[in-house]
Amino acid sequence: MPVLVRIPTPLRTLTKGNAEIQAKGGTIDSVVDDLERQFPGLKERLLDETGELRRFINIYVNQEDIRFLQAKKTALKDGDEVSIVPAIAGG
Amino acid sequence: MEKLNGLRCRECGRHYGAAPVHVCEFCFGPLEVDYRYDALRGVVTRESIAAGPPSMWRYKDLLPIDGDVAVGHHVGFTPLIRARNLADELGCREVWVKNDSVCHPTWSFKDRVVSVAVTKALEFGFDTVACASTGNLANSVAAHAAEGRLKSYIFIPADLEQGKVLATLVYGPTLVAVHGTYDEVNRLCSEIADKYRWAFVNVNFRPYYSEGSKSHGFEIVEQLGWRTPAHIVVPCAGGSLITKIWKAIKELKILGLIDEGLKTKMHAAQALGCGPIVTMIKNDTDVLVPVRPNTIAKSLAIGNPADGYYAYKTTKESGGSGEHATDEEIVEGMLLLARTEGIFTETAGGVTVAAARKLIERGVIPRDESIVLCITGNGLKTPDALQDRLDAQVKIKPSLSAFDRALADLKSQTS
Repeated sequence: MPVLVRIPTPLRTLTKGNAEIQAKGGTIDSVVDDLERQFPGLKERLLDETGELRRFINIYVNQEDIRFLQAKKTALKDGDEVSIVPAIAGG
Repeated sequence: MEKLNGLRCRECGRHYGAAPVHVCEFCFGPLEVDYRYDALRGVVTRESIAAGPPSMWRYKDLLPIDGDVAVGHHVGFTPLIRARNLADELGCREVWVKNDSVCHPTWSFKDRVVSVAVTKALEFGFDTVACASTGNLANSVAAHAAEGRLKSYIFIPADLEQGKVLATLVYGPTLVAVHGTYDEVNRLCSEIADKYRWAFVNVNFRPYYSEGSKSHGFEIVEQLGWRTPAHIVVPCAGGSLITKIWKAIKELKILGLIDEGLKTKMHAAQALGCGPIVTMIKNDTDVLVPVRPNTIAKSLAIGNPADGYYAYKTTKESGGSGEHATDEEIVEGMLLLARTEGIFTETAGGVTVAAARKLIERGVIPRDESIVLCITGNGLKTPDALQDRLDAQVKIKPSLSAFDRALADLKSQTS
């Protein structure tokens, strides 16, 4: 089940400069595992030592923050777009 | 004087050169400007500051500008007002209002951050500035871009108050209204910032931009006669301002400009309809749960505040607290400040006044201790919030007898 993953600038050194990656997986968790398989080292940049998403990273599925869905267990379907976005300031 | 060491990750401490970047490549932590305080100690003194201009630039040595100030020369040094009438109303001894509702040139504290960010954008050679905004930032970026002769792209939620839309358009930016919440606009901007080489003041320029907020804190302390208040109540949206006011006080301490210890308690004020930071404080957890905003305080309507974690830590570290205000309480707060002190603030100011009142009533802020309320925006930008609450005016024909009758009517109504 391929989904499109948008990679932010700070992680593109690991993805050979690619801003968009095709990945497989039925949930965010399994997509992260697939990203790690394709680009070793990516997982530890997204998850902390306890396996939780790092505090300053937000992940969106089709523009929706996964914290409003089922977090890392959020189900994905063919063609979904997953964005990895660093937290940014406001006002 | 070499005062800057570039940038440093706030979480893992990795160093980065001075560049328009905002995120640590390793842990995604926010980058912060790293000052050489040893070089500043003894150079920045109460006297050197007093000899500076009557603007935020009297603290230029503590802001991340290498060269000359490029835009916003008159921003800041807004009045700190002893609010005796409000203090009476709240049953308190010493209440001050730091009034950024009259900040030059766009009437909110955002001029402080934007003048730093736009000056920095020019230093780095950018020709376009941009931002995601709930309104005040939009006004300020558009105005300072005009002054700096830069192009500007401003992204706002499509349902923003009309006053804030017009007060942005007047400066001639490209204004993009996005059908979505501020958080959705912000996420979009993060992706746009990755693609286009623009100076996004609240994205890739965030480390520089956010430092401008410190000037609000420096001024409070200087205007109190180099005294720190016992309490500061700060409205929170993204959570940066409260963090930077606290940082400002700590820097003044590091530089030996204040004698007393770090005794100020920092309190966060948010709307009940969008209060994820205050919820963290009340639940005493450092995990932020994002919310979907539903409040009249649109300038504070950020459901996923980037600095929420640090805002929480600031209140915790300083021994402060936080309080939510309902929409009704927000309006009451606006009216209370206007009717006691003659200051017309926007909804965010109503949040601050209402939250302060509740913290006082709960006994969290003792009535005999000094309190500073941070009023950060102007009421003329959001008159809609009061539309249903204000009495109709007296309408008469131009004759003395008509006035006499109207006056008699008014007196009979109030007696």
